[in-house]
Amino acid sequence: MKFVDEFRSGEVAKRVAEQIAGLAEPGRNYKFMEVCGGHTHTIYKHGVEDLLPPEIELVHGPGCPVCVIPMGRQDDAIAIAKRPEVIFTTFGDMMRVPASQGSLLDAKASGADVRMVYSPLDALRIARENPDREVVFFAIGFETTTPSTAVTLLRARAEGITNFSLFANHVTIIPAIRSILDSPDLRLNGFIGPGHVSTVIGTRPYEFISRDYDLPIAVSGFEPLDILQGVYMLMRQLAEGRSEVENQYSRVVREEGNPLALKAIAETMELRTTFEWRGLGFISQSALKLRDELAVWDAEVRYDIPGVRVADPKACQCGEVLKGVIKPWQCKVFGTSCTPDRPIGTCMVSSEGACAAYYNYGRHAGRRTPEPASVA
Amino acid sequence: MCLGIPGQIIEWVDVKTNIAKAEVSGVRRAVNVGLLADGPDAVDVGDWVLIHVGFAMSKIDEEEAKSTLEFLIQLGDPWHEELAELEGSKIE
Repeated sequence: MKFVDEFRSGEVAKRVAEQIAGLAEPGRNYKFMEVCGGHTHTIYKHGVEDLLPPEIELVHGPGCPVCVIPMGRQDDAIAIAKRPEVIFTTFGDMMRVPASQGSLLDAKASGADVRMVYSPLDALRIARENPDREVVFFAIGFETTTPSTAVTLLRARAEGITNFSLFANHVTIIPAIRSILDSPDLRLNGFIGPGHVSTVIGTRPYEFISRDYDLPIAVSGFEPLDILQGVYMLMRQLAEGRSEVENQYSRVVREEGNPLALKAIAETMELRTTFEWRGLGFISQSALKLRDELAVWDAEVRYDIPGVRVADPKACQCGEVLKGVIKPWQCKVFGTSCTPDRPIGTCMVSSEGACAAYYNYGRHAGRRTPEPASVA
Repeated sequence: MCLGIPGQIIEWVDVKTNIAKAEVSGVRRAVNVGLLADGPDAVDVGDWVLIHVGFAMSKIDEEEAKSTLEFLIQLGDPWHEELAELEGSKIE
């Protein structure tokens, strides 16, 4: 309970935790999955699970956009980055992701022009400033980030900037949730829905979870109290025999999402037939590519990329972590040969990856699932 | 990269391209506010927004902005990295 005092409204958090405990049926176990890296981070940083009764387990799903990009796509990115005419721009998190032969950071060290940017609009500015070079932006992220890429592309088109292109790797959360629900590996009792993704897509796309799978979902904010309240909403639904979409984060998330953001995405991108996710394999219609009429800004059309599927290193169990099948500390290489300084898998790279979050914070909090003695 | 950071819009840079200057924890940088250009969430100078990769994604009230900022500050390193990346940004 030592982390509770750090919460905003620590007293309220304690009361919510008591109410949650009161709703737990004796002898029944509950597994709730969050599909947002920000939630995973908060849960470990604040030891949220320590406040919950032992019957409730929080399982971490594929919510970190850096983590779900498979190694083959990272290899493709590096192949583009190594072209002499290219300035390759990327969010900082992607720089350290290991590919088959080193990371983007390694490619930069051996001469590739790789630059970290805060925003895709910074990448577009670099294109404006370097008319004799080809600027490529490594576009990754869930629906939270996709609109920014879409608007940047519309701006490039409006200004006629053609020395700019996107290597599009935007993924969509709904097919991933469906894939997890269809997987026999895991039996879940509900979802803590992602906050920022839902500001864009709204809460309606989650209705299939209650309709088709008879499970509750509570879209939640990022503070420890938000997550506790989300868990409380799920427990109350289960106690009352309901399975609905509820919105704990209504101070930011609207039911209809952000119509302008959805419009920008629809104007510029369309669903891919299929896309490979790290750990989850190929999921149909789970990612976006640029529309054909925007091919001139599509790096996949412009450049010859390897496009080869590459298996994760054998020792790495990132895939099972991303599916929620194992906890980070149950991976054989966690904390030994795989650390944030020398990551083997993506889950250890991003601060929102379950492994990095647990490595940085969780080891100091309570644990529910036994871990090997060597990792303590 | 996934953090939504609260900022207050302090002035317009270019209304046509939806670029405005926002102040985040003392750092002033240009952001795109085009996703909040009209409807109930339309923003203007003085409004608070959640910013993600240089785009204002949601309009929030001042109280929500303050509590989100408090939450982010106690995150430590991820917050400092985010702020450093914002400082390096030069959106036009």
